[in-house]
Amino acid sequence: MSKHHVRQRDWQSHPPYTHPPYKSTMLRGPSKPLVPIAQTLSELTGPVFGHECVAELDSDLTKNGAKNGEPLGERIVVTGRVLDEDGRPVRNTLIEVWQANAAGRYIHKVDQHAAPLDPNFFGGGRCVADDDGRYRFYSVKPGAYPWGNHHNAWRPNHIHFSLFGPCLATRLVTQMYFPGDPLLDLDPIYQSVPKGARERLVSTFSIDATEPGFALGYVFDIVLRGGAATPMET
Amino acid sequence: MSPKQTPSQTVGPYFAYGLTPEQYGYDHTSIAGPALVHGEIEGERIALTGRVLDAEGQPVDDAMIEIWQADANGRYAHPAGARGSNADFAGFGRAGTGCDAENRFVFETIKPGAIGDGQAPHINVVVFARGLLSHLFTRAYFADETSANAADPVLQTVEEARRGTLIAERRQTATGPQYHFDIHLGGVRETVFFDV
Ligand SMILES: [Fe+3]
Repeated sequence: MSKHHVRQRDWQSHPPYTHPPYKSTMLRGPSKPLVPIAQTLSELTGPVFGHECVAELDSDLTKNGAKNGEPLGERIVVTGRVLDEDGRPVRNTLIEVWQANAAGRYIHKVDQHAAPLDPNFFGGGRCVADDDGRYRFYSVKPGAYPWGNHHNAWRPNHIHFSLFGPCLATRLVTQMYFPGDPLLDLDPIYQSVPKGARERLVSTFSIDATEPGFALGYVFDIVLRGGAATPMET
Repeated sequence: MSPKQTPSQTVGPYFAYGLTPEQYGYDHTSIAGPALVHGEIEGERIALTGRVLDAEGQPVDDAMIEIWQADANGRYAHPAGARGSNADFAGFGRAGTGCDAENRFVFETIKPGAIGDGQAPHINVVVFARGLLSHLFTRAYFADETSANAADPVLQTVEEARRGTLIAERRQTATGPQYHFDIHLGGVRETVFFDV
């Protein structure tokens, strides 16, 4: 088993560590090149999280923070497949998500944006991909919010995603955006990703994924590094 | 055409309630936290502590650290682990740096054993933060494993002047042995980060 190797991080797809328009990268992104190492068991193994980590309401953000009613906002269902670079499903992998509420406010204590908190919305959840790599969760469409990077800076609507995949080397944290958002052209975080790759972060609206009378459907497929032995195959 | 990798994006400043809710006091369960040891586990109990510092030496208060390690017998809790896994010790921890007065991460764990392929005992460390567009991989080796470290193939690939950034210092504290591992994102002591 230990002779499986995971394909390299594709630096045509990922953003550089320093991207001057995103100011905090300048003091936080390393300035020396990464040191390449041969993959060992340390990188080819990783934490195994599956269905046992997900409670009933974890994948429904419209319910998991409800106190006395429904959260405000446009209900959405987000679905897609987790695949590797060979197009194989990444099975039973945990996906953690977090986002602002419909007004663009995070429940996080340091978010001081003067938009209302929603007593019925928490904004964090998780789900697990099935045998076909497919995942699904319910939420409300997150609002745009201002940030201090530059004058009149606003983050586009987005949902944060965190995935493990089969091993430590396949770990990925990213953000999903919404189609047609005019703020994408102005956002240094989205724009940090090379052209031709950044478009993969934009979900597509799908009338087929849309649930009649209930929630608008957005599809977001996620591709992790290929070549990993998945725990299911051992 | 084969599908291409989904690009990385920063974890941002607001990960705490999504990824480390219990540590930060939010009303949601965490899949993992700073304590890796629950109940009786074989091995020497240690703390792995450290700070994340920016290129000007300022502590970062909104970083998230993940660790992944073998048990005391050098076994990873993963089916690919050649020696079988230890179901009692998951070996994965997660901690934000925003809950400590000095912005440290403090993991309670055990000292891992050597995994048996010639590598010295080590803890794999992954760094996420606002301002980090992709996560960083590094490793914490143990200062008291001098001869194993000298033979470690990964340490050997690192230029000698920078190897020290991968060594956690051992300190004896009132609560037991502690290994301290500061992570410098930049500056003259920039930590070695790996392309794995
Ligand atoms: Fe955000």
